[in-house]
Amino acid sequence: MKRLSIIPLLLLLACGQQQAPGNESSVAEAAPGAGQSAVQDETSERDVVRVAVNSPVHTTLVTALKTAEYVDALSNAGPFTVFAPTNEAFDKLPAGTVENLLKPENKDALRNILEYHVYVGVITEAMVQDGMTLNQVNLDNITLSKKDGKITVNGANVLGVVKASNGVVYVIDAVLLPPEKK
Amino acid sequence: MNFTSKHYDMKRKTIYRSLFLFGTLALVSILFQLCKPKGPAEVTTGNAASQAYVAPGKYDEFYNFVSGGFNGQMNVYGLPSGRLFRIIPVFSEDPTSGYGFSEETKPMLNTSHGYVPWDDLHHPALSTTNGEHDGRWVFGNANNTPRVARIDLKTFRTAEIIELPNSGGNHSSPFITENTEYVVAGTRFSVPMGDKTDVPISTYKENFKGTISFISVGKEDGKMKIAFQIKTPGVNFDLARAGKGPSHGWFFFSCYNTEQAYTLLEVNSTQKDKDFIMAVNWKKAEEYLAAGKGEKAKAKYVHNWYDEKTHTATSEMLNEVMQLDPTVLKDMVYFIPCPKSPHGCDTDPSGEYIVGSGKLAALIPVFSFTKIQQAIASKEFEGDFGGIPVIKYEAALHGEVKKPGLGPLHTEFDANGNAYTSFFVSSEIVKWNVKSLEVLDRVPTYYSIGHLCVPGGPTRKPHGKYVIAYNKITKDRYLSTGPELTQSAQLYDISGDKMKLILDFPTTGEPHYAEAIPASLVMPNSVKIFKIEDNNHPYVAKGESKTNVERKGNQVHISMTAIRSHLTPDNIEGVKLGDEVYFHVTNLEQDWDVPHGFAIKGANNAELLIMPGETQTLKWKPLTTGVFPFYCTDFCSALHQEMQGYIRVSPANSNIPIKFSTGKTEAPAGATGSK
Repeated sequence: MKRLSIIPLLLLLACGQQQAPGNESSVAEAAPGAGQSAVQDETSERDVVRVAVNSPVHTTLVTALKTAEYVDALSNAGPFTVFAPTNEAFDKLPAGTVENLLKPENKDALRNILEYHVYVGVITEAMVQDGMTLNQVNLDNITLSKKDGKITVNGANVLGVVKASNGVVYVIDAVLLPPEKK
Repeated sequence: MNFTSKHYDMKRKTIYRSLFLFGTLALVSILFQLCKPKGPAEVTTGNAASQAYVAPGKYDEFYNFVSGGFNGQMNVYGLPSGRLFRIIPVFSEDPTSGYGFSEETKPMLNTSHGYVPWDDLHHPALSTTNGEHDGRWVFGNANNTPRVARIDLKTFRTAEIIELPNSGGNHSSPFITENTEYVVAGTRFSVPMGDKTDVPISTYKENFKGTISFISVGKEDGKMKIAFQIKTPGVNFDLARAGKGPSHGWFFFSCYNTEQAYTLLEVNSTQKDKDFIMAVNWKKAEEYLAAGKGEKAKAKYVHNWYDEKTHTATSEMLNEVMQLDPTVLKDMVYFIPCPKSPHGCDTDPSGEYIVGSGKLAALIPVFSFTKIQQAIASKEFEGDFGGIPVIKYEAALHGEVKKPGLGPLHTEFDANGNAYTSFFVSSEIVKWNVKSLEVLDRVPTYYSIGHLCVPGGPTRKPHGKYVIAYNKITKDRYLSTGPELTQSAQLYDISGDKMKLILDFPTTGEPHYAEAIPASLVMPNSVKIFKIEDNNHPYVAKGESKTNVERKGNQVHISMTAIRSHLTPDNIEGVKLGDEVYFHVTNLEQDWDVPHGFAIKGANNAELLIMPGETQTLKWKPLTTGVFPFYCTDFCSALHQEMQGYIRVSPANSNIPIKFSTGKTEAPAGATGSK
């Protein structure tokens, strides 16, 4: 199981590296939304959104970001530390959860969850300390652990870390669920 | 790309490949769906163009004073047209006008660190009377070498600059009290101060302090003086607003880095859930000061002002400042918790509500002045910070705007009880009701808005009509100009329920805050000319017959005049190598919009641009012998190209006498002078 969990990351990177220059323009054009995410730029390093869009294992996340209308926000200057659950991670949620969250009436709940995956600021791997907490965009804290060089986030495994132009993406194998609000 | 992989199971490669294919297909289909551009062009609809259109020959309704950011200047635009009228030199040299290059203006840029040719101007503040714009002055802050400038709106020129001691970057400035009694200046960086400044950086908590300076402003002449400084614990002050109406007498400052971090603030200053709004009872501070409770502290700072009669700036060095210590002098300063590194701190037109914008928060807390007063009276404190009481968050809170957007920065107000907040991360302006805290409307900005401006937005009587977004990023918005792009402003009509984008225009420098004021409050006072009879410059020539060339040791002072279309004198001889030549040029014109310029070949500084009735001086030190041409640089008349002259420079040991004239032709004199 552990090994399997690395696959998505490798796919993500493979996808990025195999991208033919000709295809990139269509990626840039097609970046969701119409604000900063629609800027045509094949030269710059990918931002966190384009990292996700270029990853075949983050389609659920991209759909969620689009539904929450957060694609432009994350194409902004940031900087962001994004914890990006894979499709498999979303699949681990109880059946119907994702479908429910994507309904228009649940936009606030979806936003709350997505905001819980984003920190404003760049936390590189080297900066992560065991027991470090980060106050996320939704104002709840996550806890990072670092044991023998292995990083986990609220218990979720970090499968890999991808540097982006406007921050850093930690690929994780579970969806982070914000604490229940009182 | 940088990633950490640990294992890769070769046997599973084929599975991955099929997964990859599937993923790509899914991706393509998603991309396809998302490919519908709904560009900003569509947002501008209907008669937008006509709303922002000001026909040739017609005037704009508002002046827009826009900070120049890293150009160090104040930029003046018209609204709604977005036309740029002027860049007023403030903290940076301006070779175009000679500001910082002419002998008269050089002292304006003096500091305790010597002559500083550049700074970073972030915030304009228009003077007010009874909390309303009075159109007299606009103040600006120097963010880098801490200073405050006062610009006179009769001349649109920098009239005065005062430096701030015990400050490490003047960001929380130059916000003003209701009657322009004070301009404030809060330090961004806390620094070690007093006698003990050479300390390890790691002793921040112990040795670093902040200050808030209250600069008094002369009622009639606007003259600035540091009335007092309030010493504070070491934090970063960000922005501020004065109370008004019922809260007149109070001032509110946002502060972050209450963690007191001194390195990697990106992480270390964002640890706490809440930082503070600092509330200062400045009337109380005045009482303490009057009662002799202040302490004189040694300080070294410079005060520069420009005299419109001598057309000359003067610099003086000051040596002490009055300080008040709130840990000893009670009931003067309070902290109010505010979520996540508050940036903007804005009081609404009624003076009752104070809006804090935690730039990393996804909510906007609104505090009530009445509740703050009640909390202080009933001592609803949760403790203290550096010896200053901290009011309980809930006790001061009117309410929170929930989930308004991401990264709230600044708030301006209209006259109808609505607030407009800029959101950097979600790149939008959100309109909400101050009392009900209900979000009413939102519009995207292109892209990444910083400050915003409603005409009269920070006053007791907002003029409303528009909100202007000042954006940091323009990427694909304009014709591209290489790696360095313009910043932009976007004008939205706010006269209806919904905000409507009507204009998008590029800006000079990097706009931070801006204010807008009805043209009717400024334009009638505009000076057209300086009266020549009032010119008290020591080297003025009030007529061509008064022109002169005078040697004083190795200095040669030339009192020159300029009038359409000649310079007097225009033939000068007798200057020797090693001399310092001072061209004191008086523009004899008494006619609006007829400046003359002056430049001489090889000058190592700039040109002069001399307004009618004014005298300005260019210093020139020739490095070789010969004859050097000089000319008028401003296209003043049909014979502008004839407006020129020569100056002859002879060897140091020559005995050519000083000689000067205009219009005098001589028979060829043969080989006099240099060998």
